Amino acid sequence: MKQHSVLRIITKIFTPFILMFALYVQLHGEYSPGGGFQAGIILAAAVILYSMLFGLTHTQRRLSPAMLRLLCAGGVLLYAGVGVAAMLLGGNFLDYDVLAEDPVEGQKLGILLIELGVGLTVCSAMILIFYSFAGVAFRGEQE
Amino acid sequence: MTLAEVSHNLEGMINLALPALLVLTAAAAIFIRNLMAATALLGIFSLLMALIYLLLAAPDVAITEAAVGAGVSTVFLLGAISICGMRDGGPSSNLLVPLVVIIVSTAALFYASFDMPVFGDGTAPANAHLGAYFIHVAPMETGIPNAVTSILASYRGYDTLGETCVVFTAAVACMLLLGKDENVEEHQPPDTEETSATEERRS
Repeated sequence: MKQHSVLRIITKIFTPFILMFALYVQLHGEYSPGGGFQAGIILAAAVILYSMLFGLTHTQRRLSPAMLRLLCAGGVLLYAGVGVAAMLLGGNFLDYDVLAEDPVEGQKLGILLIELGVGLTVCSAMILIFYSFAGVAFRGEQE
Repeated sequence: MTLAEVSHNLEGMINLALPALLVLTAAAAIFIRNLMAATALLGIFSLLMALIYLLLAAPDVAITEAAVGAGVSTVFLLGAISICGMRDGGPSSNLLVPLVVIIVSTAALFYASFDMPVFGDGTAPANAHLGAYFIHVAPMETGIPNAVTSILASYRGYDTLGETCVVFTAAVACMLLLGKDENVEEHQPPDTEETSATEERRS
């Protein structure tokens, strides 16, 4: 899509703002609509938009599938790990009360961590699904 | 007419117009044969759905619908089209069984809808017991003002863990089905001996 200069320039200008908005939705989910799932999708949408305009090869050089696979599994592990950590500290699975001295602080910390896990998994899963679709189309074009 | 009346009428019109448009877009998406146009219509469908969620005072669901339905799933459908081709094969010859299934399930859904509480009914079981509890207690217990986040992440933490696993499984399934090493750099046919060897084998 090298010929679409309007799309390219708009994408270049907007991508940082979309990334910023994703971070806002991720970290501000406690106060406003949103959370890890929505933030992950928005972040993935920014990467997909970038990749549609600037090419799959170019994007994969920066965000390699191997790294995304690690992040995808890492998010689920982080989520489940918070649950196991609560168990080790004497609570039930995913009972965040025991994560800090004060139960309310424990809840805040636990929710922050699991939202991060959800965001990581959703974002990298969406990009990986896009990579596999686009990879098939890319190979199809070359044959 | 006072300003309040005007805004009330306007709200009523929007509440009628959005579902009507929703039905129209859904029907158009089903009947249109060009898959690219159908994908665009599904994107519009999701956007209308997001607006309806917003009117129902559910911004968390609305933002998800807008990002997933109108955004990412449109891209995935476009990706599928680029693999499978643009045109629908047309309806299958045997339409009787699908018709019966659709009529029976629609009748069942209409029948079930009579048992649903009226929208916004404060005495409905979901609003009277657990809903009221969460609204009053959740901000104090978790220290998080957005009750939706505290329910999703804390009270219903098991469900959200399950959801995250579902997303993870979806990614794994896509990678397994559509080729495990999707890194296109490995698949570029540069001037290596390997490609010339495969070409020889083909000829």
